[in-house]
Parts: sequence; structure tokens; C-alpha cells
Amino acid sequence: MNGATGKFKAGDRVKVKFEDRPGHLRTPWYIRGKTGWIERVYGDFLNPESLAFGRDGLPKKTLYLVAFHHHDVFGKSPGAGDKVLVDIYDHWLEPTA
Amino acid sequence: MPRGHHDVGGLPGAGPIDQSEHELSDWEILADAINQALGAKGVKRTDEMRRAREEMDSAAYRDMTYYERWIASIEAILIEKKILNKQEIDRKLAEFDSKWGEP
Repeated sequence: MNGATGKFKAGDRVKVKFEDRPGHLRTPWYIRGKTGWIERVYGDFLNPESLAFGRDGLPKKTLYLVAFHHHDVFGKSPGAGDKVLVDIYDHWLEPTA
Repeated sequence: MPRGHHDVGGLPGAGPIDQSEHELSDWEILADAINQALGAKGVKRTDEMRRAREEMDSAAYRDMTYYERWIASIEAILIEKKILNKQEIDRKLAEFDSKWGEP
């Protein structure tokens, strides 16, 4: 989709890596380690974690809209069927069952 | 690495978000203009500005208002890129202060 080079397609189940390293990390803390699915593939973009240090942002990384069940993220849900939607880059995601 | 001071999503006890609008001060509009101009000239990128905010002293970050953080980020990036140095900035600030500062 969109000529994107990433590992995933819409509907794939994914787990967010629990990475913690120095630098500009584009995945918020609260979503690390959580499991969800690819809602949409946006396409390939310059890597902001590289651009943040004045570098060229290459190679480009695929950006996805990733969906999570609200209760899987926060343990409780204000409404049945509520989702949390987060933009996450390919290198932060791994496949899961 | 502890959780960054900017990365507060989902933390308990934050309370409701204050969504009220306020009139922008002249200096806040100027901060935006300088930011836009530096971006248009290719001097800095949004991601660098974000990183600068993340690297600030945590207490200073919490004490600053939104546009104060912008200005502090711009200063940090311009110094990092050796476009301005701290002495030049401090000298200019002292000059403005003696001209227009509170007595």
C-alpha cells in the first residue's frame, strides 16, 4: 500500500517494542509493550528519530496508524469498543499472534 | 533511562486538560515567526526542536510556558549549530534589558 516498504499490512496483529534508549523516541511510553493491530498504512517517511539530531532521516521508515483496545492500554474502558489510535513507525513494531 | 518529562500521556492524576484559549502576547507571536522563518530557511527541523525540549532540565521544562519552551529550544539549537553563542545572546538580552527592562 502507498508503495510502503514496511513489514506490515492493514489488519496485521502487532506488538509495540518496549525499548528505552537515549535519543528522540517517537513512540509514547504508555503504548510500549502493548498489543494491537494495523489500522492503516500511511506510507514511508523520513525517520524523525534521525532528523531530530540534524541527520538525513534515511532510510525512510513506514508509518502506520495502529489501533489498540482501550482496555488493553489502560486496564479499564470508558465505553465498550473504544479504541486508542497511535501513529507508530515500523521499527517499533514486531509481529504477534 | 527514566520516562522523559515530555512523555506524560496516560500518567494518573493529571486532571482535566485546560482547553481555554488565551490572547497571544506579542512575544509569543514573534516566537512563532522566528520558528517559522528558521524552518523555511532550512536552519532547523521540527524534530530537532522536539528533541531540544526533551533534553532540557526537567524542572525548567515544567516551569516554562509553551512558547517559553519554544524560545529555549530555538536558543539551544542555534547554539548547537554554532549560529549564535551564549555570550552573544546574553549580551543582547542585557542590552534590551537596560533599554526596555523594568527599572
